[in-house]
Amino acid sequence: MSFFEFLSLYWPRLMSGTGVTAAQFLLGAILTVGLALVFGLMKMSPNRAIKGSAVVYIEIFRGTSLLVQLYWIFFVLPLFGITLEKFTAGWVAIGLNAGAYGAELVRGGIMSVPKGQWEAATAINMSPARRMWRIILPQALVNMLPAWGNLMVEILKGTALVSLISVTDLMFQAKQINASTYLSAQIFGTALVIYYILARFLLTPFMRWLEGFMARKLGRT
Amino acid sequence: MFDWLFMDEWFPKFDWRWDYTWEILPRLIEATGNTLIAAAAGYLIALVLGLVFALAQRSQSRVLTFVVREFVEFVRSTPLLLQIFFIFYVGPQFGITLSPWVSGMIAIGLHYSCYLSEVYRGGLDSVPKGQWEAATALNMTTAQTYKRLIIPQAIPPAIPGLGNYLVGIFKDTPMLSVIGVAELIHTANAIGSETWRYLEAYTIVGVIFLALSLPAAGLIRAFEGFVRRKLGM
Repeated sequence: MSFFEFLSLYWPRLMSGTGVTAAQFLLGAILTVGLALVFGLMKMSPNRAIKGSAVVYIEIFRGTSLLVQLYWIFFVLPLFGITLEKFTAGWVAIGLNAGAYGAELVRGGIMSVPKGQWEAATAINMSPARRMWRIILPQALVNMLPAWGNLMVEILKGTALVSLISVTDLMFQAKQINASTYLSAQIFGTALVIYYILARFLLTPFMRWLEGFMARKLGRT
Repeated sequence: MFDWLFMDEWFPKFDWRWDYTWEILPRLIEATGNTLIAAAAGYLIALVLGLVFALAQRSQSRVLTFVVREFVEFVRSTPLLLQIFFIFYVGPQFGITLSPWVSGMIAIGLHYSCYLSEVYRGGLDSVPKGQWEAATALNMTTAQTYKRLIIPQAIPPAIPGLGNYLVGIFKDTPMLSVIGVAELIHTANAIGSETWRYLEAYTIVGVIFLALSLPAAGLIRAFEGFVRRKLGM
């Protein structure tokens, strides 16, 4: 079988896998951004209980591996009465894991905003919430976006692990096709190229565009 | 042991058994040894290969620079899990059979060498240009300059980055379980499928990872201070 015949035969399955990978990535990324924002801000809180719970979350999810967290969420969480379907368990684990890394990025981004900005906002009588939302966060966002670009690629790569709890993503399809054809170089090679295209030619350019867009919005071009 | 938490009232299915925990603990501790060996071996490969990639990207040859640069980008943008499968299964197709350990070490070492090459690159770029000019003035060869002047100065600023990836490689070793390397997760999976009890095994694995990776971060910071003092920086 030529490589072309092979591709045309398995292309639909690879594409359906890519669709699942994309869905896992999008849901995981949205959860990551939400958790990162919440826990990043919580970690800067002067309240010890709030700060402490953020530290516990961040250290637990950064201190263990994604695969361990995924298995724990899928196999152990049901004992606590929370049964997640495998698709949901996949992106929830990815989001929880990457959210811990993102929280540190958010904190770093906020700390990189010059002190004068905080003082000026206070001087014109802005409430703390308004100051954070209107003055600090937009500037922090521009500063931390390059690091978020890397984290997004890590999230995309992390989605491959959901195949291990039988979510039918690209990795899973590649494994299945390999098991039935033994054409390992062709199938794993094709899957590698698809992941590469997603990361390098879709995700990275989008994050670059977002960086430029946000910088223009802030008048920093 | 968890009675005081009223766990069985809140979560009827939750039932942590300590006798079972003590029974499986020795197997998991043994597997921790394998995890640490895998991480250390993979890291050594990555340390050497990463430096090679970083230096190759600074070479005069534009072809070499371009090829290495694109290769590093490719490896960094694709999942390690897929790379592990690729290396493990593609060899036999061409008549080269690699054991799970060997292919695992190649995959994880290669993956992380691409990350480390970026860290080295940052360190190498941070060495002031005057150092190169001084070396030229002293009539040193490029190899000598790198060995005696540039690399020693490039390493200390790179240590935090290098250290982070040591912890990173340790946390990625569970992926080796998919090709049958008997590390922590592989052992926990085996225990789970023997007894249909996942709670204890996976929880202990999580605790072991936490207990090892949290102090590691502190040790790396201490080591960086030590190296800086040694080199009089």
